[in-house]
Amino acid sequence: MIKVENLSKSFGHKLAVDDVSFHVRRGEVLGFIGPNGAGKSTTMRIITGFFPSSEGSVFIADVNMAEKPLEAKSKIGYLPESAPLYSNKTVYEFLSFAADIRGFKGDEKESRIDDAVAKCFLEPVLHQSIDTLSKGYKHRTCFAQAILHDPDVLILDEPTDGLDPNQKREVRNLIKEMGKTKAIIISTHILEEVEAVATKVVLISAGRKVFEGTSAELKAKSDKAGTVTLTINGVESELARATLSNLSSVDGVEIAGGEVFSITPKDNSIDTSKEVLDCVTQKGWSVEEFSIDKGRLDEVFHKLTICDEEVN
Amino acid sequence: MSFRNIKALMKSEIGSYMVSPAAYVFVIIFLLLSGSFTFLLGGFFQSGQATLSVFFMWHPWLYLFMVPAAGMHLWSEERRSGTLELLFTMPVTPFECIIAKFFAAWAFIAVGLFCTFPVVLTVSYLGNPDFGAIMTGYLGSILMAGSYLAITGFTSAITRSQVVSFIISVVVCLLLIFIGWPPITNTLVDWAPRGLIDFFASLSVMSHFESIQRGVIDSRDLLYYFSVIGFFLFLTSITLKNHRSG
Repeated sequence: MIKVENLSKSFGHKLAVDDVSFHVRRGEVLGFIGPNGAGKSTTMRIITGFFPSSEGSVFIADVNMAEKPLEAKSKIGYLPESAPLYSNKTVYEFLSFAADIRGFKGDEKESRIDDAVAKCFLEPVLHQSIDTLSKGYKHRTCFAQAILHDPDVLILDEPTDGLDPNQKREVRNLIKEMGKTKAIIISTHILEEVEAVATKVVLISAGRKVFEGTSAELKAKSDKAGTVTLTINGVESELARATLSNLSSVDGVEIAGGEVFSITPKDNSIDTSKEVLDCVTQKGWSVEEFSIDKGRLDEVFHKLTICDEEVN
Repeated sequence: MSFRNIKALMKSEIGSYMVSPAAYVFVIIFLLLSGSFTFLLGGFFQSGQATLSVFFMWHPWLYLFMVPAAGMHLWSEERRSGTLELLFTMPVTPFECIIAKFFAAWAFIAVGLFCTFPVVLTVSYLGNPDFGAIMTGYLGSILMAGSYLAITGFTSAITRSQVVSFIISVVVCLLLIFIGWPPITNTLVDWAPRGLIDFFASLSVMSHFESIQRGVIDSRDLLYYFSVIGFFLFLTSITLKNHRSG
């Protein structure tokens, strides 16, 4: 549904996006993450046709954005970063303008507006001037224009920025729900959001793609991924450490305090937890607590992006 | 080019003018100034002639500030608030947006100009004016306003600041007035070829406005105004394209 091929964009001598490729199918929500200034918004702006690319192509439902921009844009709903709006209009006037541009008339126009208003919980402020709205309502008003025409493709730049926790939850649920039938890209630097809504992740740093996969795969790149934490009662610590250290998939064992052991696997081995569990069962040790660290996104994020930041 | 899109964009723009208190203030100031220039400074009653020449003669100067004030927001505000991104990612072409914004603002100025009809009523009550000359005077006036507006549209596309847009626009419009002004052209006579001076003088809004308000519709005058409008709308589109191309 969304195909980005070898996209590059330079502003003067500065290369903002460098040979980025990915695709999003219908039913997928792509979490587009990266540090501030990594090129996320620039990439979004190229995908939505606001910026022309320096190199590469964008296809929206097989329509080339550079060749048929109007057709491609008609299939997209876009929430730009900071949700810009015409502040002298009321919410209704603004949505009515968006509906006019999308070619809706009469009853269909009204029903589209009603539907978007209901989905974004805008009824209380429908006839209020936009410049008097809170940040959350402004954000949702811009979100409403993005979904008003029920597009196949949604591009959402920081969709929960400035929302309170309840509103964030509502918007994430809405994205998840719409993600079942649409192709969605959400740009964010809130990593929990990626875990909450995205079915796949693209991480960019200094304009380059440094990772593409699921959030679980991204987490697995964490140094701590696969680390087993174990609390054993009634066993002499050094004996337990020596025994666990001898296991084939174990790289090292640390005594994290008292009877708590932190076991680091070799090469993020997924077999470590099973081997450790088998060992303690066989020995008949009494296990009070057993947990496997699935890795931390913030740590991987830091690891994959810090080199580029340092270079820059 | 889709007329449906232009209509939707114009409707939105005109709607913005209608809810803006600044727009009403603009019209009132325009009427007050044009009235005082005509009746107080222009000596309308003392002239003893049933013509609107003293009314129209102030328009190039009045528009010099009023039109940039009316149009300085056209693109600079879109750029400042970020709505340009919203607009240009909708299924509309930049050309449609430029045309719609220009015509909406021009229509707004035309409404302001229309509100000066009591001047026409006054002159027809007092005497027997040449209505043909009055109509061409209004035509010339609105075309000149359109030219100034196209210039302002361009200056508002090159900056996010409405104030900067206003100042540059006033300077450019002033240049178009002065370029054919005899005190300026006379200083050039000594060293510049006659043809060059005539060419520059022909670029002045003044010479074209003077002939059209006398009741003569010359195709060269119409061509001049439409050329200025077309040229600056074209420059606006280039500027907006460059802004997005980086």
